[in-house]
Amino acid sequence: MKRLTGIAASQGVAIGPAFVYRPEPLTFKEQIIQNPPTEINRLLQAVEDVQAMLIALEKYTQENIGEEESKIFEVHRMFLDDPAFSDEIKTIIRDEQLNAEAAVDRVSSDLIEQFQAIDDEYFRQRAIDIKDIAQRLIRQLLGLEETTLASLKSPAVIIANDLTPSDTASLKRDMALGLCTEIGSNTSHTAILARSLGTPAVVGIGKLDISSGVTVIVDGQSGEFIIDPDEATLIEYQARRQAHEQARAVAIGQAHQPAVTLDGHRVEVVANIGSVAEAEAAVKMGAEGVGLLRTEFLFLQGDTLPSEEEQYRIYRAIADVFGQQPLVVRTLDVGGDKEIPSVEMNPEQNPMLGQRAIRLCLARPDLFQPQLRAILRAGYERNIKIMFPLIGSEEELQQAREHLEQAKADLRARGLPFAKDAEIGIMIEVPSAAVLADVLAPQVDFFSIGTNDLAQYTLAVDRTNETVAHLADPLHPAVIRLIQQVIQAAHRHKKWVGLCGEMAGSPLAAPLLLGLGLDEFSMAAVSIPPVKALLRQLSKAQAEEIARRCLQLPNLKQVQDYLQTVNNE
Amino acid sequence: MVETTITVKHKVGLHARPAAVFAKTAQSFQADISLRNVTRDTAPINAKSVINLFKAAVSKDHTIHLTVSGADEQEALAALVGLIETNFGDAE
Repeated sequence: MKRLTGIAASQGVAIGPAFVYRPEPLTFKEQIIQNPPTEINRLLQAVEDVQAMLIALEKYTQENIGEEESKIFEVHRMFLDDPAFSDEIKTIIRDEQLNAEAAVDRVSSDLIEQFQAIDDEYFRQRAIDIKDIAQRLIRQLLGLEETTLASLKSPAVIIANDLTPSDTASLKRDMALGLCTEIGSNTSHTAILARSLGTPAVVGIGKLDISSGVTVIVDGQSGEFIIDPDEATLIEYQARRQAHEQARAVAIGQAHQPAVTLDGHRVEVVANIGSVAEAEAAVKMGAEGVGLLRTEFLFLQGDTLPSEEEQYRIYRAIADVFGQQPLVVRTLDVGGDKEIPSVEMNPEQNPMLGQRAIRLCLARPDLFQPQLRAILRAGYERNIKIMFPLIGSEEELQQAREHLEQAKADLRARGLPFAKDAEIGIMIEVPSAAVLADVLAPQVDFFSIGTNDLAQYTLAVDRTNETVAHLADPLHPAVIRLIQQVIQAAHRHKKWVGLCGEMAGSPLAAPLLLGLGLDEFSMAAVSIPPVKALLRQLSKAQAEEIARRCLQLPNLKQVQDYLQTVNNE
Repeated sequence: MVETTITVKHKVGLHARPAAVFAKTAQSFQADISLRNVTRDTAPINAKSVINLFKAAVSKDHTIHLTVSGADEQEALAALVGLIETNFGDAE
């Protein structure tokens, strides 16, 4: 038995056989073949099989993930049939008597090189698609199984160095008992995916030497990962798993009741969403509205900007799901670590400090105006609120408001109905905005604290840098103090404050945030039932005492330890 | 043989969907169709291939030269020019 500790990324306990997912680079020999026509037939058969595979994958993705995400496989199918690809391969087999694998590799390598040389990011990106399709074809020719997680046939605990969106695109929900990755942080793709699936996960465990089939335990609460547990440990964790599952079932059952503390204080518990499907899922989990609608998904679909009409239809569809419950729509937040194909951005030395989010929108009215008009229109007779990301100064807020007025004037001129009095808020995620909260508060209707970026900027830690990511913890005393200042400043001006970072859904942070006076907790839908259940067990007075204690602690470790003790009580 | 020079006004040029539509339309004709990106000064490519169209990297405001030869060359050229002039049916 071996016990390791990593970062607790998603609640719950998983026990089961390990499935070690380590995609190997493909190896094959370059060979001279005797009979080119036979080799070409072998190629054609493989192409046909891959076509069928892509059709299945397209259909699966369409049904399980989304229409837009599935379109990439259609492009792959066109590539596979393209004369510049398939005819070239056949020519090499025929003229040079080369085996099919080597011919595919040669043609794709040439194409990749040519694509990568183009001075246009969109066309350069297509190199990845060529690579993907070539590998699929070579794998088929070699008779190798698919290396994606779709090949997982029985439930297991998935172990990997890290998981990318393409690895997990085909992952069947009930096949992943738990996840454990060698690298990664609380905000990496694996962690976020695990939380949205409700799958227990531990990330950043460090280099693992383990083979598939060994029994392992993932404890997503303590961050423990146990390899080959002994009998006593197994029994102990089986009991924990059962307790967790029971608690979860009870919490889901009560998720539609409001979160009222023991002493009668009610807080709003809402969801972070990024699509119509997630809106519906959030309602099922007991969301009382949306604290953060990420609008980036609309801009990720293909290479053209969504029109005002398209945006309006989607925002309206989401607003209709929530009726008169609040829906906070965040305006486009791209740049930094989020690139989108339809928006051309200059490469920056330091993108997280560059022209991202509101800065980009203020510079690009062609992006900003249609979105503002679409949101305003969707908000007509609905409870839509508009939120600007990354505001760092009063000037930026004023400019954003001027843009909003412009959008309203245009709609008035066009005679379209729109939400004339939609509430306006800003994300507090730049330390300067937190410090100036008392200046900004009178000019908005609400704040929403984005703790992921606030922690990163306050602590000067790059969240995507594995070696330092763990330092970007919003429980750091400096961040907690900023949160306190922001809430106090807002309340002095009778404005409400939400929090839409990962922190809002953390059971560890819930008592602290309640004690600091947070009005609205916005989180991944799956976190809503347990957080509501937890808030109901607390009293506001007791939480205030916990917050007071936290604010006096000198360092992150002591805050974490203290809140862990509170959580265990 | 018929030929023409035209400027692509579509906001993203011959990117994913427009390129796919363009290649599919080209494939529906018998005639050989070649395209040259005049702005980038690339070599002529077979316009029935999406991969080749991508390699020609036609962005917004690039000028292209189309050469069509075969039995249905008139119809083919008219169809392809029509696609470009109507911005592939996308609204501005």
